[in-house]
Amino acid sequence: MAEVQRAARPLSPHLQVYRPQITMISSILIRITGLGVMAGVLLAVWWLLAAAVGPQYFATADAVATSWFGDLVFTGTLWAVWYHYLGGLRHLLWDARRGLDIQSVRRLGMGCIFGSVVLTVLTLIIINL
Amino acid sequence: MRYLTDRKRAEGKGAAHGGTATHHYLQLSAVGLAFMVPVFVYIFGRTLGQGHEAVIATFSRPFPAMLTGLVIFVGMRHFAKGAQSVIDDYTKGTAHKTLSILLLFISYTVTAIGLYALVRIAAF
Repeated sequence: MAEVQRAARPLSPHLQVYRPQITMISSILIRITGLGVMAGVLLAVWWLLAAAVGPQYFATADAVATSWFGDLVFTGTLWAVWYHYLGGLRHLLWDARRGLDIQSVRRLGMGCIFGSVVLTVLTLIIINL
Repeated sequence: MRYLTDRKRAEGKGAAHGGTATHHYLQLSAVGLAFMVPVFVYIFGRTLGQGHEAVIATFSRPFPAMLTGLVIFVGMRHFAKGAQSVIDDYTKGTAHKTLSILLLFISYTVTAIGLYALVRIAAF
């Protein structure tokens, strides 16, 4: 019988052992925000359909869209839109072969995170003026 | 000796089976959306919370109506292609087929509802 040899082999990096880095965080975030935008889109399209159907249906949809739940969904979606927006511009920049050195990539990643929060707050201020 | 060019050997071997077409579409639609989305967010954010008549008035004006239609149409195509690449990355077999069909169903249905609503609002 051949005995199973258990050698201490090096482990290849995977999510649970990998120290979080801005490059991986920004990569995950652009996917999640791209998919997550659908939450606000579904609520907005339903709200628009209700407005088209008539005042009674609109009252129902508008009550949901302007409730605390609606505020939560739309504010979250707004941040997701801005993050995805800035992340998308970063991808267009990379496709133009710019900003590909490690320092620029890290700076752009932090820029996307902070920039998206700033733009979300600014948008909320402007539309509520 | 096989008389195959490098291109012929590589074709269809990528994960997406469609070369760079998806990436190219996402780049182009991203540029369009980059111009349209901030204006749409402003119009939508300003209109949300107003009464029914004000909402109808806003979305029956030509510019908000056309912009909303474009954002829904181009946005949903952009979503469909982007989410497809996520499905391509993480699933295979039956799950891949089911999710791909579901994705197309959702993105085209949302587009249809949005455009129908705009047409009906314009006819108010």
